[in-house]
Amino acid sequence: MSLHTLSVAELAAGLRRKQFSATELAQHFIARCEAHNGLLNGYITFTPERALADAAAADARLASGNAGPLTGIPLAQKDIFCTDGIRTTCGSRMLENFVSPYDATVVERLAAAGTVLLGKTNMDEFAMGSSNETSYYGLVRNPWDTARVPGGSSGGSAAVVAARLAPVATGTDTGGSIRQPAALTGISGIKPTYGRVSRYGMIAFASSLDQAGIMAPSAEDCALFLEAIAGFDPRDSTSVDVPVPAYSAELGQSVKGLRIGVVREFMEGGLDPANAALVRDALQVYASLGAEIVDVSCPNMGMSVPTYYVVAPAECSSNLSRFDGVRFGHRCADPKDLMDLYKRSRGEGFGAEVKRRIMTGTYVLSAGYYDAYYLKAQQVRQLISREFAAAFTQADVLVGPTSPTPAFKLGDKVDDPITMYLNDIYTIGANLAGLPAMSIPCGLLEGLPLGLQLIGPHFAESRLLSAAHAYQQATDWHRRLPAAYA
Amino acid sequence: MAEYVKSTLTGREWEVVIGLEIHAQLATQSKIFSASSTAYGAPPNSQANLVDLGYPGVLPVLNAEAVRMAIRFGLAVGANIAPRSVFARKNYFYPDLPKGYQISQYELPVVQHGRMPILLEDGSTKVIGITRAHLEEDAGKSMHEGLGAFSGIDLNRAGTPLLEIVSEPDMRSAKEAVAYLKKIHTLVRYLEICDGNMQEGSFRCDANVSVRPVGQEKFGTRAELKNINSFRFVEKAIQYEIGRQIELIESGGTVVQETRLYDSARDETRSMRSKEEANDYRYFPDPDLLPLAITESDVATVRATLPELPDEKAARFCSDHGLSAYDAGVLTSSRELAAYYEAVVAAAGGEPKLCANWVMGEIAGLLNRDGLDITASKVGATALAGLLARITDATVSNKLAKEVLLAMWDEGRTADEVIEAKGLKQITDTGAIEAIIRQVIDANPEQVAGYRAGKDKLFGFFVGQAMKATGGKANPGQLNDILKRLLAG
Amino acid sequence: MSLSRRDVEHIAHLARLSLGEEEISAAQGSLSSILAFVDQLNAVDATGIAPMAHPLADQVQRLRPDEVTETDQHARYQANAAKVEAGLYLVPKVIE
Repeated sequence: MSLHTLSVAELAAGLRRKQFSATELAQHFIARCEAHNGLLNGYITFTPERALADAAAADARLASGNAGPLTGIPLAQKDIFCTDGIRTTCGSRMLENFVSPYDATVVERLAAAGTVLLGKTNMDEFAMGSSNETSYYGLVRNPWDTARVPGGSSGGSAAVVAARLAPVATGTDTGGSIRQPAALTGISGIKPTYGRVSRYGMIAFASSLDQAGIMAPSAEDCALFLEAIAGFDPRDSTSVDVPVPAYSAELGQSVKGLRIGVVREFMEGGLDPANAALVRDALQVYASLGAEIVDVSCPNMGMSVPTYYVVAPAECSSNLSRFDGVRFGHRCADPKDLMDLYKRSRGEGFGAEVKRRIMTGTYVLSAGYYDAYYLKAQQVRQLISREFAAAFTQADVLVGPTSPTPAFKLGDKVDDPITMYLNDIYTIGANLAGLPAMSIPCGLLEGLPLGLQLIGPHFAESRLLSAAHAYQQATDWHRRLPAAYA
Repeated sequence: MAEYVKSTLTGREWEVVIGLEIHAQLATQSKIFSASSTAYGAPPNSQANLVDLGYPGVLPVLNAEAVRMAIRFGLAVGANIAPRSVFARKNYFYPDLPKGYQISQYELPVVQHGRMPILLEDGSTKVIGITRAHLEEDAGKSMHEGLGAFSGIDLNRAGTPLLEIVSEPDMRSAKEAVAYLKKIHTLVRYLEICDGNMQEGSFRCDANVSVRPVGQEKFGTRAELKNINSFRFVEKAIQYEIGRQIELIESGGTVVQETRLYDSARDETRSMRSKEEANDYRYFPDPDLLPLAITESDVATVRATLPELPDEKAARFCSDHGLSAYDAGVLTSSRELAAYYEAVVAAAGGEPKLCANWVMGEIAGLLNRDGLDITASKVGATALAGLLARITDATVSNKLAKEVLLAMWDEGRTADEVIEAKGLKQITDTGAIEAIIRQVIDANPEQVAGYRAGKDKLFGFFVGQAMKATGGKANPGQLNDILKRLLAG
Repeated sequence: MSLSRRDVEHIAHLARLSLGEEEISAAQGSLSSILAFVDQLNAVDATGIAPMAHPLADQVQRLRPDEVTETDQHARYQANAAKVEAGLYLVPKVIE
């Protein structure tokens, strides 16, 4: 049986019907990881022993009849989530030997649901990157073409799900870090509304933009897992106390009459016609399902990338100050004084891109530049946010491409930060406004997957997941697997 | 009335300008953003949890009680309570600051525009403006002894809630600064928002000091004095700094804006260059904390629980008890002292002036002698009232009462027990007093003759002799009356 | 916006980052181009627009009851520290 081609719902049903045990399921994925991770490098820390222990516990729960819908389902955690007793590196040399003494809320909730932890996935260092090439633990290869990037920053999660080394993985998205790698590896990924999932235990990059989400083959899989991680957490002041709908139960909602807004600025100016054609094909599918296609405009959308590259570095420069070589993390050898301890520990512990962002952020917040950069960016952020709100008076869901191009070649953009930053041109807006957004596979371009992005108003995850599910009922792009991993 | 400093060198007159920044540790059980204890004196880092340590991934959650305490303070100084205030990050690297930033309030503090009147030496009142008071987290502590080439960091104090109270530069002398500091110190203890312990650092003060030639409008360059941990040192540090600045300017130098540390051992301030270098705090709103909203009903709830404030109490003591502003000020300097005084008045059934004199005089003296606080007074309010009743009903004289009080203090007995046991009861029997006076008159014929010849001053001699003969117990009023009558012949 | 070498050194110092010779010149170039890129924001007229620090504009700070629920775990927490003694985190001597 090809257990790795089954959906989460099918795996859960199989476990309940005793068609296979959680242990067998874990063994299947462990074997796939052992066979393929060497090339793909999707995991920073692979935890087969933990997976088998979790699986044994899940089998006991399944036997005793108090299993939940996710009990026994294997899962990979992005290495940005703190895991008690298991190394958490955040893709950085800074945390090479860091073992968290506590679990992130997302980790705690998924453990409580009875999931089986396969390992911690590779990522751009501190989630700063769009190609997974900034990881201290080596680059990750795209299963569709191993000479290409998987996207980033959740590149490891994307690669292991795309190659079915795990049925599902967590990700985080600050400017597109779930959606862009999902698009580039042909899987589905959801970044929920800011505040929907607790950030407690998720190592911060840019606190007002970071949000945890799920990466899986289908919208249905995402719905099942999002249900488990979403919800209020008293340990996160920015977590919102709004009830969590049963996303998976609401998936059947029809798209008939759903107003789908095509953001003009996404489709114009520089979008590859072949990519635009895939988006239009998807709109055709929606139209055929009874959705109403409307044209909307967000004039300042083009400013989202420059806005982001002020706000995110500013927040990161402060968030990463705690890595000072004193209480945890890398400490340089034989510091001659306090200044030397700080500068060398940080200089050695952080990679080039992280240092670049810390310095950018330090600069835009510094005396004399705050108003011109930081304050201005926050004002433009407000404008962009208002334009989204206005668009949602005309449309229920906004759509567009997720990324400008399919996966690019490893090494192609590493030397040019601006070109790299522009990968997130379509995804950043949702982070600035805190909106829920998804990417779902919508076709192949020269054999490489591309994604369709859906953006909803605050807390409209259920609407997004239903719309994505409806599309996936009518198409099979999400079922396509790279040949080597079928 | 302006107070200027005259230079001993040039005779020029200088005006001193002082503003204070007071850090009051709020008396919450847990820290401002975490559930660790704020108790003082625990083993190193035993009260520093993941949030206090700034561990990767953790987040701050604001303590409701700290907010309530800030509102209490704001209401007590007649300030605006901001309906929306914002937490900001102040970024700098220091080992006692685990996150590399301090969560504070910058542009929108919770308390804005308050005022605090102080009593000047000439009896007049001056109002000191309070620019703002904001919530922030305290830093940890560094230990430098016994660790060789290292300093040791204890983060138990990190995250303790602080209310930073910033005054306007309204003070014009070290004495005014101390008066203001004492008023704030009294107030925070009245409000039960800070224990006021300066030794343990729960109440700390930085002073911004500058001087300018009298008549000049522009402020001079200020120095910030840190590390002044007693009222006496505040006064001394400011005095020293005033002298230093005037001397510096008059000898052709210029004051530089800097942080200076007060060294109490040497009684001088010195530059802290290590903290000076390139301060660029890069404040920005803390994205982990949403705006703090305080509704009118939140404020009303806190207002309803406010105690009578020291100035209100003092005003009442003046108007209802007829006390002087000075006495009322002394008696309200702590909530406990005021409570003691009021309990004495209540038990004595009146005589507030007598009560006040005894509390501020004899009781304060004994407390001071024994190094005790009013709450540990060996003579309770009721017992003191019992003694005062014996003065009013003329059982003992004022003078003997002091002797009685000493015995009460040392032996723990009531006034009546002491008076009875020592036979100190005043003689009020007219016949008895008359008999004694007659003996005195008979024994001193020369003085009697002198008095009758017009030497009025000799009256005092007879009072002394008669008192001596009664062992001091004769009622002074009666004794005077009878003596006058009998001497008149 | 073009940054000088001194600018880069100053920023690196504020951020407490040691940079090698090559890193300094690389940073000079890349930071300058990033700043030039974000200078696009100057073209937007945002006069009178309230800065947005947070995506959830209508949400306000939630408060926690004043309760102590933490216990002493310093040994566990200090397992990640490079240098501790007698419960203290050690740093090169801080000279005041």
